[in-house]
Order: sequence, then C-alpha cells, then structure tokens
Amino acid sequence: MTLQGLLTRIHRRDVVMTAPRLLLASAALTLPPALARAASDERWPSIRAALFGERPIEDAGDRLDLATPPRAEDAAIVPISFAAHAANEGPEAVRHIHLIIDNNPAPRAAVFHFPAGGALPQLATRIRINEYTPVRLIAETEGGRLLMTERFVKAAGGCSAPAGKDQVAALARLGRMKLNGAAAVRPGQPATVQVLISHPNNSGLQFDQMSRTYVPAHYVTELAVLYGGREIFTADSDISISEDPSFHITFVPPQADTLAVHAMDTKGGRFEGSWPLGGGANG
Amino acid sequence: MLHSADATRSFHRSVGRRRAGRQFAAVALLLSSRLLLGPARAASTAGEGWTVEVAPGLHVHFGAQQEADSANGGDIANIGFVVGQEAIAVIDTGGSVAIGNRLLASIRAVSSLPVRYVINTHVHPDHILGNAAFLPEHPVFVGHAALTDALARRGGFYIAALPGTIGAAAAEGAALVPPSLTVTGTTRLDLGGRILTVEAEPTAHTDNDLIVRDEETGTLWLADLLFVNRVPALDGNLGGWLKALDRLATLPARRAVPGHGPVVEDWPAALEPERRYLETLRRDVRAVIAAGGTVEQAMETAGRSEAGNWLLFDRYNRRNVAAAFVELEWE
Repeated sequence: MTLQGLLTRIHRRDVVMTAPRLLLASAALTLPPALARAASDERWPSIRAALFGERPIEDAGDRLDLATPPRAEDAAIVPISFAAHAANEGPEAVRHIHLIIDNNPAPRAAVFHFPAGGALPQLATRIRINEYTPVRLIAETEGGRLLMTERFVKAAGGCSAPAGKDQVAALARLGRMKLNGAAAVRPGQPATVQVLISHPNNSGLQFDQMSRTYVPAHYVTELAVLYGGREIFTADSDISISEDPSFHITFVPPQADTLAVHAMDTKGGRFEGSWPLGGGANG
Repeated sequence: MLHSADATRSFHRSVGRRRAGRQFAAVALLLSSRLLLGPARAASTAGEGWTVEVAPGLHVHFGAQQEADSANGGDIANIGFVVGQEAIAVIDTGGSVAIGNRLLASIRAVSSLPVRYVINTHVHPDHILGNAAFLPEHPVFVGHAALTDALARRGGFYIAALPGTIGAAAAEGAALVPPSLTVTGTTRLDLGGRILTVEAEPTAHTDNDLIVRDEETGTLWLADLLFVNRVPALDGNLGGWLKALDRLATLPARRAVPGHGPVVEDWPAALEPERRYLETLRRDVRAVIAAGGTVEQAMETAGRSEAGNWLLFDRYNRRNVAAAFVELEWE
C-alpha cells in the first residue's frame, strides 16, 4: 500500500520527525474517479472468482435496495443500509448477504446471515471506505441463486484513519454493548433495534508516528444475535466495519423474550449483552 | 445574511469593545493576507500589524476565518506570545513552518528575550504545524498529557495532507514536534515576574485541550475551546465541551482569546453563542436518536437552525452532527 511506502520513509531524529516527498504522499492517497473506476473494474473479476467461482450472478434489480451516500462526510463512518424484498421461506428466501467494497484492503467487508424464522434480510451499519470504490451487495437465496446490486461511493482514507476522538473513554468502554429501540418492541410486530458494540475495530493499517509501528489489528470478527435462545442474525465481519460496530436489525418477535448478543474479536475477546424485550411499555 | 437577528442582538450586547476587537481582526487579516502572497519562505520581516498587542505583553496574530488552502497558506488559527521579564512563551505556532517563522519574526520585532516555552493548545494542524520553526530557540514544548498520543495517531495524516491543502512550497519542512513537558491538571510557567497557568481540560474540543491563563492581564487564552463567528468543530466530546464551558464561565477574565475569531471582552457572555450551538446540536441529535433515526437523517436536520449564525457552517455542521451522533447514541 502506497501510504505504507510513504510512512516507512519518515526518519526519526531525536523527538522530531520530518515528512519527506510530500507530493508523492498526497498523490498516493486518492485516485481520480476515472482512474478509480478503471482500477476497480479490474478488481471485481478476481474478487468474484475467489468468492463465488463460476456461479452465475444475476442483477438484483428491485429485489435488493442498497443506500449509500454518493460522497462520504467521514470515510471512517460511512452509513450504509439495505433491504432485500423476498419471500421469508422457500427457495427465493434470502439467507446470506455479502458486502463487498472492491477497493478496500480487505474487500469482503462482511457476510450477514439471516436464518429461517430469524431477522428480516435488511440492515443498516457503518463502514470504512479507503478509496473511491464500488460497494456491492450479493444476496444468496435458499435455493442458491446469487443476486447483486451495487453503488459507487467517493471517500478516501477510511481504513487507515486514526481511531476516534476520545481515547480515554474508548478504553474504559471496550466491549460494552448497547441496544437502542428496545422500548418500542411489541410481540407480533416488526421491530427494528440497533446493536452497538464499543470497540476500536483497529484495522492494523493505522500508523503510530511516535512508536513507528502500526497500531495492531483488533477488530470484531463474529457477531450473533439470539432471541429466546435462537439465532436470528449472525455476521462475519472484518476491518471495513467502522469503529464501534453498529447494526440496525429488524425482526418480528413472536413473544416477549430475551435478546442476547455475542461478539468475538481477533484477540479472542468475547463480549455479551442481553435485554428483555416486548414486555410492554417500559422506560 | 450571515447572522440571524438573535445573533446580531447578542453580538451587540457589548458596546464598542467587541467592535474594536473585530477591527483589530479585520486589520490583522488584511495585513496577514498581503504578507502571505509571496512564496512561503520569503524572508520578510513580519512587519508591524501582523500581531496585535491585545493586552500589555500579550500579542495575538489572527488567522483567517477560512478553510486552509493555498491562498491563506494554512493561516487560519489564532496564535501568539506572552512576554515576561526574563522569557517569552509562544501559544500555538500556526499551520505551517512559514507561519511559525513569521511569528518568531514578530517576537523578535518586540523583544530579544529567549523563547522559553512553546505551548500547543491541542493537536490540530492549524495550531501545531509551525512548531519546527521554533526548534532553533530550544524551547520547552508544552502540551496536554494526551497530546503525544494524539500526534502519534493523527500527525502522519496532517503532514501527508498538508501539500494538497496549502501547496507543496508552503508545506515544506512541516514536522511533528511532541511536547516534552506534559500537563495533567495545572502547571505554572514562570516568564520572570509573569506567571502563565496552563490547565489541561477533560475531553472537549479534542481529548488534548489546554487553556492558558495570564494573571497579569486577566486574559484567558481558550484556543479552540472557544470559536467566535466561525462554527465550532467537534472533535472530542460534546457533553465534555458543554461541561468545560460551565467551568470556564466561572473563571474571572477581562478578555478571552479564542482559537478562531476576534478577542472578546464581554465575559462570560461571549461563551453563549457557542454554548447555544452545541446545545442545539445535542438536542437535535438526541431527538433523532430517540425517534430511531439514522446518522444520515440527523446530518440533514440537526443544527440547521444555527446555519445563519456561523461562518463555514455548511463545511462543518454535518461532520459535527455525525460526531455528536456516535457519541450520543451511547446515552
């Protein structure tokens, strides 16, 4: 990665670091849109072959809605939301959704799983975008069909951007979970709740100027949401999910019960949260 | 056009003195923009008027109320120095080595005393990238205990982005100079018969904010804890910033030097516009969160009632909303 190449050239003199070849640095960080599009057209075929082999991929058309901002305010917190319009059961039901960010260092940002009888195949989350890039969703049905939709997002530097604004607070809060939207949950009706996990989700690509090393990778890899002990949503995630991973999921709780969230990270950290839901009007 | 009626009323609350501050600022802006037309390394004497002695021995250079670009060379923050009987303290060094050099020249135009301290009020590039200009003076660089870590995490980006922002020539020589004296709580710096009290703040504008109090003149150098006329930039903690304002309002002061904008003497009323903006942000974002809204929805609506009150509003408000949102959704 060219940013890496630049940073290895910074020499430490006592406590002072000077920046060489600044012109090279600024050119390296972003590609002009035309160039980015050409480059990404080249990446997708190899990503596709690696993930899906020879399987046919259809255009999802209006079966899969994907919303992304055309240009991101903050490349490290790019909001993204999607919804698949499909039957809940049978061969056309959507069971997995792959989120691919072509030009990110780790293009497979996440795979979301929607087991039968679980959460609806829709989600909102926040991602990091490292360069101007296509963002693709590939929905996989019960019957094994692949449906794809894509958007183009202009942003840069999301994966190597420094961690958040308040380090002291972040450390104190590591692994803490929050559930927003619990009060509105009613049995038998679709409920959207937001799961928040306090976690730096360090990509391993953020460079520490003082120690001259990369901040070690430390990110959430697995997430499972259970309702009444039964899995309703799981995710495999990577460095492209923003700091403090956030997931809005939608499901229909059959009765009042407990929602539990389990998360795991690259250091073997395990985090849990649970909340009673659907018990009527509360706080 | 720029200010709503409410803002205009609050600005006119103090008679005369605030206007004088703005006149200083306007003159300083005019002169500084003329001086910046030449190449970054032009060996100009700083000239009179580049800094203004806003109180005896306390000099301020007013940065442009703009985003950093090649026209202003990154000269967008207020920086300055305090002269004691034996030594001088610099407070912030500007957005480039050229600006730092110009500040040093301004110092030498008024005093030959040694620069004993360079105080960096926080990590942002417009306040700190002139540090290298002062290395030959061998000062003690003073910063918040969290400043070194903040420089470690962000300094590389600031340096790498600089030529694209202000031009390759102006960016030349920019370096990260971390503090050797770090402040937790309060530290007193003696300039010889003149004490500066440096206080480390809990996370507010950033997680590494310092303020400087000059007892001799009753001046509070608040740096980016106070934005005047230009929209505040939230890069720390919204709740913490509002708490900081509560505390600052209890401190006695004859004047406050903001990080951006003119010196204010209507104290502590001068904090009110910023407090109002931050409280509006908090209220609006909380409402979106309570209604189950998303950060995108919040960015469209939160804070908009303040749009007419602030310079550069459209450049920063959405970012402020996003920062506030990811903080407040934990409440």
